[in-house]
Amino acid sequence: MRKPRILGALCAITSLGIAHAQTAEVDHAKADAEFAKFRAEMEDSNPAELFELKGEELWKVKRGPKSVSLAESCDLGLGVGKVEGAYVQMPRYFADANAVMDAERRIVWCMVEKQGFKFADIAKKPFQGANDTNPPEITSLVTFVAGHSRNMKFAVPLKDPKVKEIWEIGKEITNYRAGPYDFSCNTCHGSDGKRIRMQNLPNIGTHEGAVKGVMGWPGYRMTGGVMLTHQWRMNDCFRQQRFPEPKYASDTVTALLTYMTANANGAVYKGPGIKR
Amino acid sequence: MTKKIILAALAAPCLAASLPVQADAAYRGKAIETIKRDFQPRGQADLDRLAEDGLQTICNRTGNNPPEYIAKRLEADQMAAVKYPADGKLMGDWKKGEKLAQSGRGFTWSDKPGLPVGGNCYNCHQISPKETAFGTVGPTLLHFGKLRGNTPETQKYVYSKIFNAKAHNVCSDMPRFGHVDALKPEQIKDLVALLLDPESPVNK
Ligand code: HEC
Ligand code: HEC
Repeated sequence: MRKPRILGALCAITSLGIAHAQTAEVDHAKADAEFAKFRAEMEDSNPAELFELKGEELWKVKRGPKSVSLAESCDLGLGVGKVEGAYVQMPRYFADANAVMDAERRIVWCMVEKQGFKFADIAKKPFQGANDTNPPEITSLVTFVAGHSRNMKFAVPLKDPKVKEIWEIGKEITNYRAGPYDFSCNTCHGSDGKRIRMQNLPNIGTHEGAVKGVMGWPGYRMTGGVMLTHQWRMNDCFRQQRFPEPKYASDTVTALLTYMTANANGAVYKGPGIKR
Repeated sequence: MTKKIILAALAAPCLAASLPVQADAAYRGKAIETIKRDFQPRGQADLDRLAEDGLQTICNRTGNNPPEYIAKRLEADQMAAVKYPADGKLMGDWKKGEKLAQSGRGFTWSDKPGLPVGGNCYNCHQISPKETAFGTVGPTLLHFGKLRGNTPETQKYVYSKIFNAKAHNVCSDMPRFGHVDALKPEQIKDLVALLLDPESPVNK
C-alpha cells in the first residue's frame, strides 16, 4: 500500500479543505473546478484508504472485555469474518439479531455482542467532529469493510420479505413531513435536478439519484477534513430537516439506508470516496 | 350537501379523519411508530417536532395532493391566521431583506435558540442577479416586481405568501415563516421590498 503518499495527500487535502471552507460562499464555480481537479488527482491516493488500513487492524486484533477479534467472531451476512462483498449486500436481515441492519449497525452489534463493548460508549461519539483529529474506531471499521466491496455491484437482498418491509418503511419515512419547516427528505430529494444553494440534491427515489446518494460513502469530507459514514449523512440531513436527532444505529436510519441502497442495486460501488 | 357543511366546521385533524381509509399508505403507520421510537432531543430540536400538525397530516396522507374541498378549507384556515403589520404598510427596506434572504440560519439543533432566524430564501430561489449561488427547489424570483408589479394586491399576496406559503398552496414545499414565528412581520416587510421595490436589485 502507498502509505507515505497517502499521508502527503492527507495533509494537502486538509489544508485545501480549510481554503475551501473560506471561499465556499464566495466562489462556487471556482471551488467546483478545484474540487473536480483535486478529486482526479486523488484518485489513486484516496485519503479514505488510510482509514481502511486502520480499520483492518481493528478488525483483526483481539479487543474488548471479551478479548476476541471481529475477524474471528463477526458475521456480516456472508459467514464469520468474511468481508469481501459484504458491504454492497447490506442492509440485510440478521437472524441472530432478528433485525435488518446496515453495515455500520451490524459492526456495532458485533462489537457489543461479541467483543463486549458497551453500546452507550460507542453511541456517545459515533462520528468525527470538526475538531477531532481522528474519526472514531467504528468509522475506520466501516471504511475497511466498505473498501472490500470496491468495484462490486450493490445487491441488497430485497427479495427477502423482511428487507422489503424495511424498504417500504424507509420509503414512507422519506415522505414524512413534520417540524417547524414542514420538511421531509423528499422536500429536498424528491425530484430531479434540484439544488440547495449550489449543492446538487440527488432524487433518492430513482435509481440514478440513489446511486449518487450512496456512492462515495463512507467518505473523506474535504470541508473540515473528516472521515464520515453514510449513517452520519442521515444524521446531518435530519439536522437540516429541523428534526431532532436520530438515535445512533436506529431502525429509522437503517430503513433509509435500505431504501436508498436497494434503489441503487445493480450499480458498481466505487469504494470509500471523497466528498466536499 | 350536509356533509360539506359539517366538514367545513371541523378542524384539520377531523378533516384528516374524513379522508378515505386507503389514503394511508400501508406502511405509514409503521414508519411513524419507527420514527417515534428512534429520536432524541438535541439542542433546540425537541421530540415534539416529530408530531404532525393537522395540515402536515393531510399532506402526508395524500401524497401532498388532498382533495380540492379539503385543500380549499385548509388554505382558508391558514390565510385567516396571517398577521399583518400594525401600521398597515407591507413594504420595508429591501437592503435588510437581502441580508435576511441570504441567511440560512435557524431552527436546527446546532443553531443557538433565540437567535434571529434567517429567511433561507436563496437556499431555494434565485432572487437578486448578483447572487449566483442559489437553489432551485422553488421557482426563480428574479425580476419579480418588474414582472408582477407592486400594487397593494401584489404586496398583500407576497406578504401572505412569505408569512404562510400554505395559505396559497396547501402542501407547498416552502416553509410557513410567519406562521411558525420564524420571521416577524417587520422582517417579512423587508422581504416584500426585496421582491417588489423598484429600487431593489431584483428589479433592475
Ligand atoms: C433541507 C434540505 C434537505 C433535507 C430535508 C434532506 N437533505 Fe439530504 N442533503 C441536503 C444537502 C444540502 C446535501 C449535501 C449535498 C452536497 O454536499 O453536495 C444532502 C446530501 C444528502 C445525501 C448525500 C448525497 C451525496 O452526494 O453523497 C443523501 C444520501 C441524502 N442527503 C439523503 C437524505 C435523506 C434520506 C433525507 C431525509 C432524512 C434528507 N437527505 C433530507 C439537503 C437536504
Ligand atoms: C425549502 C424551499 C423554499 C424556501 C426556503 C423558500 N421558498 Fe419560496 N417557494 C418555494 C416553492 C417550492 C415555491 C413554489 C410553490 C408554491 O408557490 O408554493 C415557492 C414560491 C414562492 C413565491 C411565490 C412565487 C410566485 O410565482 O407567485 C414567493 C414570493 C416566494 N416563494 C418567496 C420566498 C421568500 C421571500 C423566501 C425566504 C423567506 C422563500 N420563498 C423561501 C420554496 C421555498
